[in-house]
Amino acid sequence: MERAQQVLEMKGITKQYFGNTVLNDVSIDLYPGEIHALVGENGAGKSTLMNILFGMPVIHSTGGFSGEILIDGKKVELLSPAEAMQMGIGMVHQEFMLLPGFTITENIKLNRETTRKNALSRLFKSEFLDYLDTPAMRKDARHALDRLDMSIDEWLPVAGLPVGYMQFVEIAREIDKKEVKILVFDEPTAVLTETEADRLLGSLRRLAADGISILFITHRLDEVMAVADRITVLRDGEAVARLNKDEAVVERIAELMVGRRIEKVDLPPRDKEPGDEDLAFTIDNLMVDMPGEMVRGLSLSVRRGEILGIGGLAGHGKLGIANGIMGLYPASGRVSKNGDLIPLNSPEQVLLEGLAFVSEDRRGVGLLLDEPIERNIGVTAMQVQHKFLRPWPRFLSGLRLEDRKELRAYSEEMIRKLDIRCLGPTQPVRSLSGGNQQKVCVAKALALDPEILFVSEPTRGIDVGAKRLVLDLLVRLNREHNVTILMTSSELGELRKICDRVAIVYRGRLAGILPPDASDAEFGLMMAGRVRKEAI
Amino acid sequence: MMPRLKQTVEHIGVPRLIIAGFLAIIFVIAYLTDMSVPQLITDSLVRVGMNGILVLAMVPTISCGVGLNFGLPVGVLSGLVGALISMERGLAGFPGLLAAIVFAVPIAVVVGYLYALLLESVKGQEMMVGTYVGFSTVAVMCIFWLMAPFKNPELIWAIGGKGLRFTLTLGNHFGKVLNNFAVFQLFGVKISGGLLGFFLLFCLLIYLFYRTKLGIAMVAAGANPVFARSAGIDVRQMKAVGVVLSTVLAAVGIIIYAQSYGFLQLYMAPLMMAFPAVAAILIGGASLQKATISNVIIGTILFQTLLTTALPVTSRVIQGDISEVARLIISNGMILYALTRPTGGK
Repeated sequence: MERAQQVLEMKGITKQYFGNTVLNDVSIDLYPGEIHALVGENGAGKSTLMNILFGMPVIHSTGGFSGEILIDGKKVELLSPAEAMQMGIGMVHQEFMLLPGFTITENIKLNRETTRKNALSRLFKSEFLDYLDTPAMRKDARHALDRLDMSIDEWLPVAGLPVGYMQFVEIAREIDKKEVKILVFDEPTAVLTETEADRLLGSLRRLAADGISILFITHRLDEVMAVADRITVLRDGEAVARLNKDEAVVERIAELMVGRRIEKVDLPPRDKEPGDEDLAFTIDNLMVDMPGEMVRGLSLSVRRGEILGIGGLAGHGKLGIANGIMGLYPASGRVSKNGDLIPLNSPEQVLLEGLAFVSEDRRGVGLLLDEPIERNIGVTAMQVQHKFLRPWPRFLSGLRLEDRKELRAYSEEMIRKLDIRCLGPTQPVRSLSGGNQQKVCVAKALALDPEILFVSEPTRGIDVGAKRLVLDLLVRLNREHNVTILMTSSELGELRKICDRVAIVYRGRLAGILPPDASDAEFGLMMAGRVRKEAI
Repeated sequence: MMPRLKQTVEHIGVPRLIIAGFLAIIFVIAYLTDMSVPQLITDSLVRVGMNGILVLAMVPTISCGVGLNFGLPVGVLSGLVGALISMERGLAGFPGLLAAIVFAVPIAVVVGYLYALLLESVKGQEMMVGTYVGFSTVAVMCIFWLMAPFKNPELIWAIGGKGLRFTLTLGNHFGKVLNNFAVFQLFGVKISGGLLGFFLLFCLLIYLFYRTKLGIAMVAAGANPVFARSAGIDVRQMKAVGVVLSTVLAAVGIIIYAQSYGFLQLYMAPLMMAFPAVAAILIGGASLQKATISNVIIGTILFQTLLTTALPVTSRVIQGDISEVARLIISNGMILYALTRPTGGK
């Protein structure tokens, strides 16, 4: 459907970070008054695309990008956020960029104040000395708020406003800029309650009706369905689909976001396949307060010896499960292993119970980046299980020192077994590649001899070859060492590749459990919360 | 050739190269102007042993994640109280020195723990708050020195019979006991085995501490608190251990310093005690996140040798004394340099 001239076209955008392609030939366009939704999982390239549109310095300091950007049909070079703003691009941020001590009006008008000349400013010919024209500014702010259907008083300070209102103040600031014709919303509803989110969607429609074009980034599919005119789905840095509103259904989008052709590999068989009669681990009504990944009453049973996948869209709480059980975020509920309750909220207790965790935040939680490989591997086992310690001096049994020989031998064994590419056990882990860092994290967990291993996003941020190695490693651990594995991943493909069953989490609860060979549509449906099905 | 040279320079660190170069020049000048180089080295070694443990006190706070211990006077004051108790009892020689340490350590543990509780509540501002904690405790202790119930006439003002003197002579107590122990000559350089041995003993003890489970837990807590928590380590407790250990080392350090100096200085003397120690460890190549025993030894040797040799040599060449100025420029300049760089003194 050919309409007026597009306000924005991004053509063939390709961007590499250090040889890693994060965007590959992505094109997207925007008509006047249109709401165009950009959906994709974390790491799909949404933010990078927006950073390019905004001319963020991080893009240019890492070698720029290829492809072109056209605004109103004219090719433009956006080298800084200031230039992007001049071209009429506004951005509503995920985190609020507001000054709490200032009033709503002052925030809306910050650095664009309406001013009046006075004697001094005339004398020095400097607008910095002008008076502020507060009544005019308040009028403008009022007008912007009215366009958003906000009845809130414009002279209130921002501090103390409900979160949802702050979001609206942020939007009001953008639409108050007269030149704005394109507004980018980066997951604006992430922190809003449902009613607030509904209001926000209402304002989006109103703004679009006013002729402002909107790029709406989100992974909440209901919202996409509610407001978007067109939808572009990004996956792994590629635009995998462009849909018109009338041809889009939630399941299809969910499927496109996560789906990936799976090469079915034949997993080695076991002597005895895990079954419901022998449970290793049960989770009952688990609540985890992990910001952005809240778990709200999840129950799940894990069979002994299986690899259980945990999937679901971002923000629905799949990452909260492992983090909550391991004591990294406040949790409540009943979690038991072999029938015995496991104390929550104490990392040490949980580790003593024979659980181990490979965190999704490898560099932040998983590693001591400036310490050598061997220390990274050994420190948790040493602290929790008193491994790698020996009495010293010999006659004083109470005093124990790190047993470097044993630790060195163990590390070298791990380096060989897991094929960690490094200069030796004393190399600091910071200088390893992502895949090898991940293997160090796995080695660290293995040093604990875990019965149950939680692995979160094991292949995030590592290259394709290393992904396979890490997955093979998990299968080997499961088959050879009989470790029960709970693997959380955003990549449905890899869950379906190695898991015995895949549990799907929706809004912090279990939506259902599917066999890995269920169809893409079934997974899509479940991730979108359209079915609730108990265990297979 | 060039990249290798650059690598070597980076490895050693520019500040250390400059200071070592400057030291070399000083020794050459000393030799050319017929000064006794062995004597200069002897003096320098004494200064190294005298200050070493105070510098060592910086290591635990750095590795537990609190940063440089600008609140060093807290520990120094505990050491002074311990020394005073030993002197009040009239103890002398080695028993006096040991008693001073034995009295000082429990005080330092208690005070250090309170200091750690305070630092816990100002996370991220530890170094600045520590500076002012040091300053204010020195001031509070000035009142204590005046009111303290010490009776030994050697310690208190001759007139009035109350309040401790500014400077106390240690000659009759434990002055120079370590300095004069196991002294030997090597190429004309007099080396005090007692003093240097004591310093190296403490270095060894701290090195061993870092190989215990507790020491490793502390390093992990400092390097990455989230990692430490996920490994079941109590990060708050580890920080407290680091601060207490640093305070104890400061207490022992000042006793060794005083015995070597021959005097115990009260009132405002401990006020600036932290700065030379901070400067020395930074010159040794420590950063705000990481410090090793070798940083302590190298830093103390470079910094103290510079201070000891600069005065006599420069006054020989140019009339007048610039060593105090040089000391201030080097120590404060080094602190400024390290604090403004993300990698610290490296």
